Amino acid sequence: MRWINRRPGRAGAVGLALLPFVLVIALYAAASEARRAVNPADRLLPAPAQLIETATRLASEPDRRSGRILLWSDTAASLQRLAAGVAIAAGIALVAGLAIGLLPLLQAGLGGFVAAVSMVPPLAVLPILFIVFGLGEGAKIALIAIGITPFLIRDLAARTAEIPREQLVKAQTLGASSLAIALHVALPQMLPRLIGAVRLALGPAWLFLIAAEAIASDAGLGYRIFLVRRFFAMDVILVYVLWITALAFLLDLALRWLARRLSRWAEAAP
Amino acid sequence: MSHVSVENLHLAYAGRPVLERVNLSVSEGEFVSIVGASGCGKSSFLRLLLDQERPTRGTITVAGAPLKGEPDRSRGIVFQRYSVFPHMTVRGNLIAADSLGANRLGLLGPRARRAARARADEALDRIGLAHVADAYPAALSGGMQQRLAIAQALAARPRVLLLDEPFGALDPGTRTAMHGFLDEMRRATGMTVFMVSHDLAEAFKLGDRVVVFDKPRWDPHDPTAYGATITLDLDARTRAIPDTPPQETPHAAPLAPPPPRPRAAG
Repeated sequence: MRWINRRPGRAGAVGLALLPFVLVIALYAAASEARRAVNPADRLLPAPAQLIETATRLASEPDRRSGRILLWSDTAASLQRLAAGVAIAAGIALVAGLAIGLLPLLQAGLGGFVAAVSMVPPLAVLPILFIVFGLGEGAKIALIAIGITPFLIRDLAARTAEIPREQLVKAQTLGASSLAIALHVALPQMLPRLIGAVRLALGPAWLFLIAAEAIASDAGLGYRIFLVRRFFAMDVILVYVLWITALAFLLDLALRWLARRLSRWAEAAP
Repeated sequence: MSHVSVENLHLAYAGRPVLERVNLSVSEGEFVSIVGASGCGKSSFLRLLLDQERPTRGTITVAGAPLKGEPDRSRGIVFQRYSVFPHMTVRGNLIAADSLGANRLGLLGPRARRAARARADEALDRIGLAHVADAYPAALSGGMQQRLAIAQALAARPRVLLLDEPFGALDPGTRTAMHGFLDEMRRATGMTVFMVSHDLAEAFKLGDRVVVFDKPRWDPHDPTAYGATITLDLDARTRAIPDTPPQETPHAAPLAPPPPRPRAAG
């Protein structure tokens, strides 16, 4: 049988999906074991058991200095920044993307500008943001928003322009104004697309968040990682990296669910 | 008196003529079928009637008034595909015919919305889609979608209905059923209908008139040099299908000298 026709069964699919995870964990455990056999005080690859212990401590015991449970307070600080930045970006992108996609005048006037602005490397303007917004929350949120807004606008404008011409003409023959077409024809069809674009933009959004927190912050997941780096606390770093990965995965899952809920009309069965 | 009148219509894309010297006069309530080979400008003609595109030369008047430059409620349209809004339920699509044009926001007040909903349910009963009122168009068969599209276009009470191969994607059985449906709808409303069709039998069955678009002039060395025009205008009610070859250009103005062709510089 050809390879392109071989398919896993149900159990096989689950097994294959788990395999790379198991392999990586096994590889890590073996490497950690090997290093600690040479030097029991090795800090580069802490034992899996120690990682679990550190995770439990971070998630349950209050910090001696601040009295807060670090993992949760850092998570709250980071998620608030991420949510604010992404929400601002999505709001701007929704309005600008719909307008550019629907209105030829705006497309002609702003299309090239947005394309040019989206080429500005966001991290390169971070110093400007710190100067303008100070070292507080403003600069971090602005970095996330500035980093992903141009991409979201371009994607949404392109999707809006892909709405079949027939639908726009049809709406006009029913007497709809440009605003009514934007609100009732384009917007409902573009909301799931926007969420899809936000899912793609979350990767860069996390990057900008952690970069901003690394440079100037007093709480947050990125701040903690770059703080404990000085003490070579690999156990904390690894726990935080795994936690961020899990958060990102869950966020993606939630957005996917939301997008599907908003586009139930696209599914054939009633 | 003629309801839709087309005078000396020319359409060219980038200097290439698509339509030339099209003249047509249609009285209120007439059903005009438009047939012709692919690429001879039938759909372009329909877009001109819809005012989705502007002619290069010539005028179209509906009820004595020239077109204003964009589609409006006076002319309804049903396309072969994408005619209904996929994100609205079947009932929502019919309500949209009332609400979209209600004001700039396209919103109805609660009372007007209830009235629109009642009208929509009435229409759904009439077109036999009441049982799928809350379904989305994606869940409907092609025939049901087109029935909805026609009902939606009619709900706006247009004076002229334009149909661009509305049954082209349907199977033969559904097509026949749709013919009956369209005939009934048209009798009830008495509006003027233009239908582009690839199916000659369908064109003659439904139409009062059948107009044929073709290219009367043909340069074998430059097939796109001339545009198409109405070469035949047949009365479909009296089955007056001519058995002698008709005059080639009954509606065409006398041939003008060909326009000067752009010459390559140098």
